Amino acid sequence: MKKIEAIIRNEKLSEVRKALLEADILGITVYEVRGRGRQKDLELQFRGREYKIDLLPKIKIELMIGDNDVEKAVNLLIRTASTGQIGDGKITILPIDDIIRIRTGERGEEAI
Amino acid sequence: MKSSFLLCLVLALAMTTVSPAFAADPAGDVTLAEDPNAPVNFTWTLIAAFLVFLMQGGFAMLEGGLVRAKNVSNIMMKNLSDFAIGSLGFWAIGFPLMFGTSVAGIFGASKWLLTGEAYDVSTYLLWIFQMVFAGTAATIASGAMAERTKFRTYYIISFIITSLIYPVYGHWVWGGGWLSTLPFGLGHVDFAGSGVVHMVGGGAGLAGALLLGARIGKYDKDGKPRAIPGHSISMVMLGVFLLWFGWFGFNPGSTLAATELRISIIAVTTLLAGSAGGVAATLYTWKKFGRPDVTMAGNGVIAGLVAITAPSAWVEAWAAVVIGLAAGFIMVESVLLFERKGVDDPIGAISCHLIAGIWGLISVGIFADGTYGLYTTEAPMVVGLLYGGGVGQLVAQVIGVAANFAWVFGTSYSILWVLKKTLGLRVSKEEELVGLDLSEHGAVGYPYFVSRPEERSE
Repeated sequence: MKKIEAIIRNEKLSEVRKALLEADILGITVYEVRGRGRQKDLELQFRGREYKIDLLPKIKIELMIGDNDVEKAVNLLIRTASTGQIGDGKITILPIDDIIRIRTGERGEEAI
Repeated sequence: MKSSFLLCLVLALAMTTVSPAFAADPAGDVTLAEDPNAPVNFTWTLIAAFLVFLMQGGFAMLEGGLVRAKNVSNIMMKNLSDFAIGSLGFWAIGFPLMFGTSVAGIFGASKWLLTGEAYDVSTYLLWIFQMVFAGTAATIASGAMAERTKFRTYYIISFIITSLIYPVYGHWVWGGGWLSTLPFGLGHVDFAGSGVVHMVGGGAGLAGALLLGARIGKYDKDGKPRAIPGHSISMVMLGVFLLWFGWFGFNPGSTLAATELRISIIAVTTLLAGSAGGVAATLYTWKKFGRPDVTMAGNGVIAGLVAITAPSAWVEAWAAVVIGLAAGFIMVESVLLFERKGVDDPIGAISCHLIAGIWGLISVGIFADGTYGLYTTEAPMVVGLLYGGGVGQLVAQVIGVAANFAWVFGTSYSILWVLKKTLGLRVSKEEELVGLDLSEHGAVGYPYFVSRPEERSE
């Protein structure tokens, strides 16, 4: 079992979600986050004065995935979240010790 | 403060009880019998007054949107309070000073507390229309002083603006005072208050901004101005539209009579000048900064409206467009100039109201076309330089500008200076950083940004 954490562009969330649902990956947790990577600062303007934002708004999603589906999920994310421009985000894959469904007490991949 | 207010009340009551009640018509039957046009004129003036009242909401939105989220409760309280406390001051002291029997053309002194001879339908009608104007002047100052002024001190200066500073100058122009009887042109004229209302608010705001100093973070260590973005552009633009709408009461309503059909001309000049100001600010910022600046465009509309306020009844459409275009351009340059000079005016109130107000007063002396008189179709007509009126009217306008600034800036700077030395004018550094919502009111504008109900400790 793996946890996939991905930082993506805000505007890519609906495309990613649609593809995940089509691939029968239902569970997802979404955060609105701010952060920076290699992308340039966002240049804004207010009353003629420019100012820069380097902590850019992004979306972070978390998925719990069975071992056999990890590559499928990763490929799906790369395909749907990519624009080819700097600032597309990152995917990280973390091991999971166990998963427990609170309602039934099921454990492991059964609980996904 | 409290005791002196009570003293004024007692004094005022004492004076009214000895003055005989003559010619007062509290029921309205006498007024109606004497003037068949009274119903339409009363209705017109009251509706206009209600429209001007809505401008308080416009200012609240405009100023609220241009400050940071941590100060929005505070600016809302200031907008509410300057009107609420200000209307009491205008009732007790301000209106009598402005429209009471003139003492040497300097101030009025009767009609205290709207009692005795002032307990009259026509006087009450004038009072409410003038009250909403006084409230407008007071609320303008709050914008220039936003995000750092102590609420307590602001409360006091608001009361003083509407009960002393505004009405005395108002008396000089609208109460039969010395400016209105200047031997140039028709005397100083200001149809709906570019000077009486807007320069007064802007001048007091300038005094406040100078004494306060800039907000923390407005200038970098080299003294270069930095952007402090407002927190809601939607609020700003709603504010602009409410103000623009309210201005159709402000200017056309200033005839105080629907029987003056000039009201349609005034409504058109008002609309066009607002549009021209918005266009000028949009195009000029676009050229200057590479992009059309959103809040400056909003300010441009306001500047155009402020400028047309004095000449609105005396100019034709093309002149209104020229006046508005110039106002929008002047406002942008003025905002940048004040900013460079270290005067931190978070919403551009000084440029929109003081500077565009000056231009408005002067423009009467240039563009007045001689087709309309002093709130009447009868001669003498107001004529400016371009229509063969010579420089007389222009001279009267310039004298009015100088007198306005000297009185308003002088009194507000002195009073605020005393308040600064006694009560204090500015919140502490810590209070400013955490935001005035928390430090002054203990009530944030957006509670769920700060905490959620389930996170409360009790």
